[in-house]
Amino acid sequence: MKKAILSLLLVISGLMCSFAQSNNGVEMATGLRSSGKIYVVVLVLVVLFLGLAIYLFTIDSKIKRLENQNKK
Amino acid sequence: MKSYWWKILGLLLLLYSIIMGLLGPVPALPIVHETIRNVYFHVPMWFTMFTLYVISVVCSVKYLSSGNPKDDIIAVESVNVGIIFCAFGLISGMLWANFTWGDPWPNDPQLNGSAIATLMYLAYLVLRNALEEEQKRARISAIYNIFAFPIMIVLMYILPKTTDSLHPGAGGNSGFGEFDLDGMMKVVLYPASLGWILVGIWIMTLRFRIRKLEYQNDTAAS
Repeated sequence: MKKAILSLLLVISGLMCSFAQSNNGVEMATGLRSSGKIYVVVLVLVVLFLGLAIYLFTIDSKIKRLENQNKK
Repeated sequence: MKSYWWKILGLLLLLYSIIMGLLGPVPALPIVHETIRNVYFHVPMWFTMFTLYVISVVCSVKYLSSGNPKDDIIAVESVNVGIIFCAFGLISGMLWANFTWGDPWPNDPQLNGSAIATLMYLAYLVLRNALEEEQKRARISAIYNIFAFPIMIVLMYILPKTTDSLHPGAGGNSGFGEFDLDGMMKVVLYPASLGWILVGIWIMTLRFRIRKLEYQNDTAAS
């Protein structure tokens, strides 16, 4: 088990190194990288917020189910 | 679906406020710089808290005339959620103040007033827990709530405006509207406030429904 985890970590770190190298000096002009990369922050916040919103809805439906059970 | 529309509306308004709040145009001001965007997130916390406290005091008045335990539960859950939003407002304000006023708690009358008002509402919750008998608890805490509400307004919205405060719109400071001449911040601030108010009320109703279920189970068991 320990060996498996260790080798997995090695593979991940190797992958990260290779990605870092391929990115060196390459300026990508995609929208997500422009303007001080603020869009990435917006994206992260939107994802977090959507997660919380869905969570609220699941709580809402769970309470609704309990209410229906109580009515019977 | 019929009862869900305002919840979805609240979430969509918040989504809009996050995207437009970070990407929309803002006035370039000294000292605050980009932190002016905090207006979109810090101020709605206080609007939401205020709305929830209004709901609470209305339900307290209703309880005194009707004696319906449902009104009492709405009153207490509104204060519970309102205090959460008040804490968010205080924490976000302290973070913001640390980087623009140079101190997380500069002895600003608005800050001290809101701290005392928060303590008052915490005392309301403590008072409720101290009383055992259900009707007595509901009635005494309703009366306390009705007295606490105007004091909260005076402490947070009237006294700070009459003295020198670091907050906009007090003392010699310019109000929010004076540097937002073309209304580019209003189109984000107002939807954001409405969105947070709707979501705050939603969370309050969730807590209220849980409390009601507990209440029904308790009365059914005894």
